[in-house]
Amino acid sequence: MGSLSELTIAQASTKLKAKEITSAELTQACIDRIEKVDGTINAVVYKNFDRALEEAKKIDDAGAFDNALSGIPYLTKDVYCEEGVPTTACSNMLREKNYTPPFDSTTTARLKAVGAISIGKVNTDEFTQGASTETSCYGVTKNPWDTEKVAGGSSGGSAAAVAADECLFALGTDTGGSIRQPAAYCGVTGIRPTYGRTSRYGVMSMASSLDVIGPLCKTVEDTALVLEAISGIDSMDATTGDTAVPNYSTALTGDVKGLKIGLPKEYFSDDMNEEVRQSIMDSCEVLKSLGAEIVDVSMPYTQYATPAYYVICPSEVSSNMSRYDGIRYGHTPLRQGSAGQVTTNLVEYYHQARSEGFGDEVKRRIMIGTYALSAGYYDAYYRQALKVRTLIQKDFEDVYKTVDALIAPVTPTAAFSIGAHDGDPVAMYLEDIFLDPQVMAGIPALSVPCGFTKENLPLGLQVMGPQWGEEVVLRIADAYEKSTEWNAQKPSL
Amino acid sequence: MTSLTSDDVRHIAKLCRLNIEESQLDTFATEMSAILGFIDTLKEVDTKGVEPTPQPTGITDRFREDIITTEGIEPKDLLDCSGLPIIDNQIQTPSAHG
Repeated sequence: MGSLSELTIAQASTKLKAKEITSAELTQACIDRIEKVDGTINAVVYKNFDRALEEAKKIDDAGAFDNALSGIPYLTKDVYCEEGVPTTACSNMLREKNYTPPFDSTTTARLKAVGAISIGKVNTDEFTQGASTETSCYGVTKNPWDTEKVAGGSSGGSAAAVAADECLFALGTDTGGSIRQPAAYCGVTGIRPTYGRTSRYGVMSMASSLDVIGPLCKTVEDTALVLEAISGIDSMDATTGDTAVPNYSTALTGDVKGLKIGLPKEYFSDDMNEEVRQSIMDSCEVLKSLGAEIVDVSMPYTQYATPAYYVICPSEVSSNMSRYDGIRYGHTPLRQGSAGQVTTNLVEYYHQARSEGFGDEVKRRIMIGTYALSAGYYDAYYRQALKVRTLIQKDFEDVYKTVDALIAPVTPTAAFSIGAHDGDPVAMYLEDIFLDPQVMAGIPALSVPCGFTKENLPLGLQVMGPQWGEEVVLRIADAYEKSTEWNAQKPSL
Repeated sequence: MTSLTSDDVRHIAKLCRLNIEESQLDTFATEMSAILGFIDTLKEVDTKGVEPTPQPTGITDRFREDIITTEGIEPKDLLDCSGLPIIDNQIQTPSAHG
């Protein structure tokens, strides 16, 4: 063991409780690691180090460490509001004035309540709109395994930071795969819980019927610990479910004997990447050796999930982004000393604020969404996409009558090269093809490391459960992880 | 296949309260046409008799008492987030009448 920042949450918590280490030492180790390697990967966009050390010392002084997350340092995707901490969604719309929210998101408040230490903000695609962090106003986050490759996105900063041991865990958001894809690309574990399992309050919205928040961690065990702390009904988010939150850690029995796990044929094709296919087939063998039964299943509407996503998501984006009008917060073209012409007309002001504040991908999504929702097109696009969502959800409901869970690849390939999809948004959107069906159905899905390519790039295994069924997902992923060595490997930085 | 022209993009941008540079109109038209071509595949799905799903978990309206809760956030804290002048607890904007 090198730096304390390499510890998992479970390991660090044990050491904190035994007074072998202090939270201040652990926090300082993460800070040192960030100072050492972040210049190479560009994951951290705001450093909250002084406040973090102050909080860590308070936790040490109290000395209780009664929760597994007490005294544990973490990083937050730059869309979670934290009181007094600049939060910009990695957009020039909010960066210029360093928007500083006067309140906490429910999730960061819950983490604060159990004594976790927020040490800063990490990179994301602008307003989480992208699959590579290339649309961030702070520049792309590089993959710790190969800095010529993307870390994925939109939670690319979160995944890269965890992979590089800059923190013990990070928070992300998953609208169309934005936790699972970067987790797979960077060789860490990330879960998208059931829609409504975690509260979206205080997290900047992209698409409100699709957005889910969740953690990226070094192990499945850590993932269970963080999920337990942040899940549950919230009066500030009316879409959270009142389903009781289980003790996820106790679900990690290591026993998958007798579980029936479906392998949907629609996630495999003759022309798919051979390394990805092989990694999933090998994973099936591991699970079989543990006593699980692998069953071939079919989900015929799978192929329509990504087209449906790229109607519903931009439609909701066009609505959510309307709040950025330069009045209550955000880019203010009228400010003193502003370059260019200053308008005295409100509508022109809106145009100026939004055009200067938003990047091209955000503008493109707003325009596609506005088009899809406009008179004459609403039924053909938006309403049709919502009906297709019904059919995709039924696919899952039907298959869960015969299996306990599903497994599939996370991505069609390992991490792609930075700039590979420049000027080709559809090629970028196709990176999501294995990640959108779960979004349409609102089910939990997790990515756990399951191999490496010949180029030494990580691959991910996707484990899916029924709505509110995080326990079976975590149980399978944990048993798989403990039977393999993939997550023990570290990038050399 | 649906195809957008530069004039279409100019019109949509206006509806979105966005200015798009003339030099970018063709690029946006090409990219947005490609996206619309991609999502057009939804038209081949037979959805006759299928109800739309606006939200995946089926949670219905949840009501609470109509009581203002500030969660410790004062109006001034929120007004401080604006870059525009504040007068009598209101944000002074450019004129709606031009």
